[in-house]
Amino acid sequence: MQDSPNTPVHPKRPARRRVAGAFVTWCSDHLARYVFLAVAFSATASLLLIALFILKEGVPFIVKIGFKDFLFASEWDPSAGKFGIYPMIIASLWVTLGAMLIGAPLGVAGAIFLTQFVPRSVMRIIKPMIELLAGIPSVLYGFMGVMVLAPFIRNHLGGPGLSLLAGSIILGIMVLPTVISISVDTINAVPRTYLEGALALGATRWQSVHMVILKAARSGIIASIILAMGRAVGETMAVIMVVGNAVKIPHSALDSVRTLTANIALEMGYATGLHRQALFATGVVLFVVVMILNSLAMAAMKRKTGS
Amino acid sequence: MRIPPKITQAMAVILLGAATLFTVIVLVLIIAFVLKRGVPEISWEFLSTKPKEMGKAGGILPTVIGTVLLPLLAILIALPMGVGTAVYLSEYTRENRITKIIRFGTDCLAGIPSIIFGLFGYIFFVTMLGMGWSMLSGGLTLAIMILPTIIRTSEEAIRAVPQAYREVSCSLAATNWETVYKVVLPNALPGIMTGVMLGIGRSIGETAAVIFTAGSSLMMPNSLNDSVRTMSVHFYLLAREGISNEKAYATAAVLVFAVLFVNLTAYWMMNRFIAKRSR
Amino acid sequence: MVKQMLRMVACGLVIAANGGCGKQRTAVTVAGSTAFQPFAEKLAEQFMTERLDIAVTVQGGGSALGVQAALSGAAQIGMADLVQLPPEAQALTAVVVARDGIAVVVNNKNSIKDLTMEQIRNIFCGKIRNWKELGGVDHEITVVSREAGSGTRSSFEKIVKDVTLTKDAIIQDSNGTIRETVAMDENAVGYLSHGLLNEKIKAVTVVGVACTTEEVVAGRYPIVRPVYLLTKGEPTGACKDFIDYVCSAEGQKTIKDSGLIPAK
Repeated sequence: MQDSPNTPVHPKRPARRRVAGAFVTWCSDHLARYVFLAVAFSATASLLLIALFILKEGVPFIVKIGFKDFLFASEWDPSAGKFGIYPMIIASLWVTLGAMLIGAPLGVAGAIFLTQFVPRSVMRIIKPMIELLAGIPSVLYGFMGVMVLAPFIRNHLGGPGLSLLAGSIILGIMVLPTVISISVDTINAVPRTYLEGALALGATRWQSVHMVILKAARSGIIASIILAMGRAVGETMAVIMVVGNAVKIPHSALDSVRTLTANIALEMGYATGLHRQALFATGVVLFVVVMILNSLAMAAMKRKTGS
Repeated sequence: MRIPPKITQAMAVILLGAATLFTVIVLVLIIAFVLKRGVPEISWEFLSTKPKEMGKAGGILPTVIGTVLLPLLAILIALPMGVGTAVYLSEYTRENRITKIIRFGTDCLAGIPSIIFGLFGYIFFVTMLGMGWSMLSGGLTLAIMILPTIIRTSEEAIRAVPQAYREVSCSLAATNWETVYKVVLPNALPGIMTGVMLGIGRSIGETAAVIFTAGSSLMMPNSLNDSVRTMSVHFYLLAREGISNEKAYATAAVLVFAVLFVNLTAYWMMNRFIAKRSR
Repeated sequence: MVKQMLRMVACGLVIAANGGCGKQRTAVTVAGSTAFQPFAEKLAEQFMTERLDIAVTVQGGGSALGVQAALSGAAQIGMADLVQLPPEAQALTAVVVARDGIAVVVNNKNSIKDLTMEQIRNIFCGKIRNWKELGGVDHEITVVSREAGSGTRSSFEKIVKDVTLTKDAIIQDSNGTIRETVAMDENAVGYLSHGLLNEKIKAVTVVGVACTTEEVVAGRYPIVRPVYLLTKGEPTGACKDFIDYVCSAEGQKTIKDSGLIPAK
């Protein structure tokens, strides 16, 4: 909106109209302020509501049952009053770790390759494709796992097929788009002068990448991995479909396991009383885990802007 | 023996290239698998008729309607609330403890697993408030789920608007409100739209939370109190219960196209907006 | 740009608000047993062609959810196929609408054709771990079961007696899913409703008795449970009409034709 310096000024309106106009403007400004305040308040209130609701149902349960009997007990049998979620914690841990072992290296490698060794024109096609894949519903990946991956594992590696390994592989594939997408953005944000400086000093492309660019982008890449971990921990449907949901501590990657999220989903329809509170308490545990992961990611990001 | 840098570069390129190729192939294979089995089943009839025999025959019209209405409802609730909150936090208050706490809270809530929102929605909306399995329960639950993301992206977008714009507006005697709606919001719109698109994408793909709040009815919804089934839920039920693999793949193919459509619309909107702005 | 968005939003609102202008039908929500769900959907479809003023919606979730939903009011009618209703269901009115046998199923490639109750018990408790102990191939048995809230599971475990499910059992969330899992795994064994049997899996005979309608009606097949429709208090209005329809000759005929066993 470029106004030329010779734009004509509005002719003066009668004094009454000017005062009335100013009054309306003053009113709408204050009204706007209060409307926004009310909106912000109600939004914060709803978010607070859900946080408090979960805590209110879950925390008394943890206090009543006791930390040890909840987090570190291995018996999960609600009808008998046993609420040990240790097997589920181990399962979630291993499934997530396995997913990151697959997703992180492949994702970061992909991001590096796509940003440094691939022409811009190809990137312009591939980046939207990757974002499309990030939007595909998780049940689709889960179904592929059931139809293709689980039989493969069962026939070639043993076990029931619906296993920890299947869950890790499917989750790893699911977090790939997230890792690639954020890492690509991070690497692209490194100033071009870094690369040019390294090249000017005689480094090969790869040397400049791994000695200079990656070091600069390191915090962002780590943040992307941590955020992907958060997504993996929270995944429910795809996991229920491929891990078998047996409540036991896995002895090998071919064992069937049940994650924290799968536990909530399988039992929430009919859980009442103490059982329902146990599920909310599981929610609290997940909440805490995600909060820790998020804080780590934010800390990693801050280090980047700091340096 | 020191390996010459040209050779390490070649090795690196090969390894990285292989990793990238593998990734791209796996991801493309999944999409191709779904489209290959699903597209032959898609027809105008499929999209516009109601399902028969629990989905074994007929089409998926009610689920298409559900997939459109439920995210729409969620956005209608979450967008004004989210943008309003972001505006208030950036434009009307000073940066203090409270705003930091709110920001931290929304960041945390943005990462909470969807199943927990589903659990909350089931207990609070469906059971306690007596709304039953309905679009209202589903829409409200989805709205709460995407609200933190919208607040976060809107706030980032609003903060990205250069302070100079606000100062110029101020110097032209605009009130705070006029500055917001004439200067800040229009400039922050691409970022806000990103949040909206993320929210829509998440709502379309959500399954567990939707089954437990909006239910899985195959009937055409007549009101907000009716239960409705989305395509993700329909795909899940068809595939898992072995009702019809062909229809399941077809539904999945339609879902893929829907996600593609949402993404393309987002790009188009953003490009158009950036073009308009830089006149 | 903003105008276009507003127009789109307005259209959306009109579609959504259709309810205000559309025909107001009495809504009846039926929720619970996944075994009875397909039959309830069929019955609902037929019922609604006769009664255009009632809209019956069917949800799954398992028998325990059916009991809870009926108690909390989330559903007007709960479906539960439990051989013994839980204590909290005492407050509900129960109507038997069908009977259902629970078949023990194995993969089509499995050579096992018959099992005794004792063998079934030991398999599901994890005491028999390999098919070769039963005369089959030398491979570990994969036990597939339902989640704890399933009516099929509770009934199964009660009738077979003293079943503490092995910790290695794979848990799936509905009858249909169990059928698919067993159909894909050669070494799997599971149980599901007689009404959901099809050619994808094979039902073993229990002590020589096959799980068919005749055997269940004759009382020879041991694993049978009733299917209840539960309401809070006496059913009234639209609920009563639907339940009456299910119990009527027409409804029972549909149940029989679809593969389930009528109540009488």
